[in-house]
Amino acid sequence: MEDNVTYTVEQVKSRISEAFPTAVKFESKVKPRRLFMTADKGSLLKLCMFMKDQLGFNQCSLVTGVDWCDRMQVVYHLTSYSSNITAEIVVDIPRDNPEIDSITPLWGGANWHEREAYDMFGIVFKDHPKMERLLLPADYTFFPLRKDCKTGGP
Amino acid sequence: MAEMWINMGPQHPMTHGLWNLRVKVDGETITDAEPVIGYLHRGWEKMVENRKYPQIIPMADRLCYGSSFTWSHVYCMAVENLMGLEVPERAKWIRAMSDELQRIGNHLMWLAAIGPDLGNLTIFLYAIREREMFLDLFQSLCGARMTYNYCRIGGVRNAAPPNWERDVLRTLDYFEKRIDEYEDLVDRNKVFRMRMEGLAPMSGKDAINLGITGPVLRASGVKYDVRHNDPYEIYDEVDWHMCTADEGDTYARYRVRMDEMRMSVQIVRDILKKMPKDGPIRVKPPRNAPVGTGFARMEDPRGESLIYVVGKGDDEPYRLKVRSPLYVILSATPLLLRGHKVADVPSILGMIDVCMGETDR
Repeated sequence: MEDNVTYTVEQVKSRISEAFPTAVKFESKVKPRRLFMTADKGSLLKLCMFMKDQLGFNQCSLVTGVDWCDRMQVVYHLTSYSSNITAEIVVDIPRDNPEIDSITPLWGGANWHEREAYDMFGIVFKDHPKMERLLLPADYTFFPLRKDCKTGGP
Repeated sequence: MAEMWINMGPQHPMTHGLWNLRVKVDGETITDAEPVIGYLHRGWEKMVENRKYPQIIPMADRLCYGSSFTWSHVYCMAVENLMGLEVPERAKWIRAMSDELQRIGNHLMWLAAIGPDLGNLTIFLYAIREREMFLDLFQSLCGARMTYNYCRIGGVRNAAPPNWERDVLRTLDYFEKRIDEYEDLVDRNKVFRMRMEGLAPMSGKDAINLGITGPVLRASGVKYDVRHNDPYEIYDEVDWHMCTADEGDTYARYRVRMDEMRMSVQIVRDILKKMPKDGPIRVKPPRNAPVGTGFARMEDPRGESLIYVVGKGDDEPYRLKVRSPLYVILSATPLLLRGHKVADVPSILGMIDVCMGETDR
């Protein structure tokens, strides 16, 4: 791992678009020290491995699930400590079969975030070491943060 | 001897909150551990999906009563990021100053908690006594001791009261001498040192990979602080430096937090010197957020906190996700605990400063 090499946002962008010409698309939002992109479900794990091994993104800050009613979304925030860049990767997954590769083998910090996304949205992370409910009791049958889960009284 | 699982919690003096640490022991040695959380889960992220943006500020305060200002601050920054708001210069300075006062208050609370954990009640009384002075400062600033409801989307609620600068400087002068007293109590106390030194060391590489942030990360020799590496508000204009330690053990985590209190005193002094004395403190935010996403991260007293917010064009967030630093650090506790004795658990977990409100949300 190249620990002490620093890259600018532009360099990271060109390296990624060289390696993943079709799977990764960059968003037009430009902010200092930030990088916004969308990726394919199938190439996410390869992209994460590339970013970790080649570009020094050594920390996974956050894994978020979002329910858009017609699809699910998983949002990753990865940080490079040497280059001070935070990358946001948005991945769309189908709602009837919400499955995606786990990135916990790469970053231990993603462990509980992925379990929480399963807990709240029912998104299954393949190859996660322990895909079980975390915050809610194990015998719950619903996923409360999905938009079709109603809150309030009867 | 046969191995067995024992529960430490949910009601246990070590836990400092409602959670359960299951440890697998072989005699006195911990061979495995499993934190069980969720006792304080109140569906915060679902609740805020039915609230207007300004209504969420007091709710963000209640994520952690020990550092409530920083949580409403990071929430406001995330929404400003989503709405594309620029905060007035003076409000930025006031926010950063409140952050640092909050950091001191929170670290004092941590110090008060580890004292009895490690068998010294005196330090608890001392730290709580000085914390009260910082709560008094906050009370004169925003009228509340713990949950402030002070930060606003687009600025802060009100400017500092008359004589604020005098009061703060007086408190800091007094408090700085007190830190020396705490160090006399802890650093020169052999029992404390024996229970902390060389305990639960963690390498910087492991800590980064496990997502550990804040004082625990910096105690492992990693020079990373969001205030320095990804500066928000005015931290790039203030004269300060990062507090780190190389040993990575429990004592180093204690040292980093003590140094951070001193550094916060220095930052507040510098802010009071450089802060603009007049000017607007707030801009009017739009009622509806645009369609899009925004996120903000900051250095909470416990580590990196991040809020990701999805707007859908109306006045309620479509999705709001909180990254609590403690949530991630707790997931790494099995690695910290393995191979140590049961009697070391309060010392190891005391140094990560557990707060369940922000962990379970």
